[in-house]
Amino acid sequence: MSAKNKAISESIITRILLILVAVTYVGLLLVLPLASVFSEAFRHGLAAFKAAVVEPDAWAAIKLTLTVAAISVPINMVCGVAAAWAITKHDFRGRNLLISLIDVPFSISPVVAGMMYLLLFGAQGWFGDWLLAHDIRIAFAVPGIVLATLIVTLPFVARELIPLMQSQGREEEEAALTLGAPGWRIFLWVTLPNIRWGLLYGVLLTNARAMGEFGAVSVISGHIRGETNTMPLQVEVLYNEYNFAAAFAVASLLAGLALVTLVVKSLLEWRHGDQLAASGH
Amino acid sequence: MTITVRNIVKGFGHYPALKEVSLEIEDGAFVALLGPSGSGKTTLLRIIAGLETAESGQILFGGEDVTDRAPQDRRIGFVFQNYALFRHMTVEHNIAFGLDVMKRGQRPDKPAIKARVEELLELVQLPGYGKRYPAQLSGGQRQRVALARALAREPKILLLDEPFGALDAKVRRELRSALREIHDRVGLTSIFVTHDYEEAFALADKVAILGSGKIEQYDTPDAVQGSPANDYVREFLS
Repeated sequence: MSAKNKAISESIITRILLILVAVTYVGLLLVLPLASVFSEAFRHGLAAFKAAVVEPDAWAAIKLTLTVAAISVPINMVCGVAAAWAITKHDFRGRNLLISLIDVPFSISPVVAGMMYLLLFGAQGWFGDWLLAHDIRIAFAVPGIVLATLIVTLPFVARELIPLMQSQGREEEEAALTLGAPGWRIFLWVTLPNIRWGLLYGVLLTNARAMGEFGAVSVISGHIRGETNTMPLQVEVLYNEYNFAAAFAVASLLAGLALVTLVVKSLLEWRHGDQLAASGH
Repeated sequence: MTITVRNIVKGFGHYPALKEVSLEIEDGAFVALLGPSGSGKTTLLRIIAGLETAESGQILFGGEDVTDRAPQDRRIGFVFQNYALFRHMTVEHNIAFGLDVMKRGQRPDKPAIKARVEELLELVQLPGYGKRYPAQLSGGQRQRVALARALAREPKILLLDEPFGALDAKVRRELRSALREIHDRVGLTSIFVTHDYEEAFALADKVAILGSGKIEQYDTPDAVQGSPANDYVREFLS
């Protein structure tokens, strides 16, 4: 802190105290628990960690989690961008209703979200007989897990983009209109480049949640080992069986996947920092 | 190109913004839409551009009805108060945008676009600024770029929404005379919106004074100043 700011800065003792409180808080709540997961996972050595991860059921859970994320993240990216674009760049009846609807998955418990799909697509559900007759499996199968993940992660991209696009206004799009650009060009050349960083962040959040979702997936998946258990479910199963080493191994891998996405984002921001500053972001 | 505004009606909710506004603008004229905020002048300009639709009434360019035409197909140049430059594009890409988005068959080739961008940068007195980003320019420079961008497709009509509103007095005067010069040189028909009557009188061939959704007077600056049509105009000018 420079000398100029002396008049508005706190005394040295207050500053140290505040920093201490912040560091302790973050350390106790975030860093220490996360570190403990990793230390637990590797307590019995790398070989034990590897064995726990390649164990067939665990390996199936890892593949399933990655598959579900690979399907639901792109879908919600497209839907989120479309929703944010419609809401911020157009006026239409029911706009506020749409904004509220997007928030529904945030406000209801994921368990309820899972239950909803079970009520619709389960064997005793509304469409249960029809689905059975046509040999379509949604509940207790991958489609159900994807659906549950989709609804739970629906708001992230749109919620990230709406405030950003609102603050950017419509003028650039209007300028493009008067310059003769067709609608899709305006979206690709003007709207999308302006929101790419917000979009990236929204996608990373969606991805982290898609891989980590427990409640909704737990209800709809039916916990079939090696088939419909995702990584979070597998962690719980292993933990309940007192197989702590394996539970922590899968848990650390899950945490690692989420951390990787955050690292990728930081790297991108760092690499493109100059360009970001120049173009006024 | 002549611009005809015929009985335009527009409201926002229950609040009428424009009540049967009509206006006839000759080819090559430089017209100011003058009025206080809330008088409907920006709304009228945006309706002429096609960025808003009127409830009833017509807009004609050169005698041709363009009321139902999309803004993309009106062949106008539009300059916004806050420049509305594409912030992620360099100055040259901003100016070339209108040419880059043309259909394959009509679009000039790359060297031709590049030459046109250089020519426009000369016209707005910003040669050598092509590689910069909007954030690296001053307000006056940004508005010059916006003007160059609006002129890239050689529109016959130029619409300006408070183009000097965000600039300080000195830059405003410079840009004002530059704009008038460009208007005359290119042979445009221009409408600009302002709430500053000195600016309107200094720049325009004709001034249309708007008050609460109606045109109170439409005449040359001398005529308006010499014989205000009614109390509203007299009040506004005092």
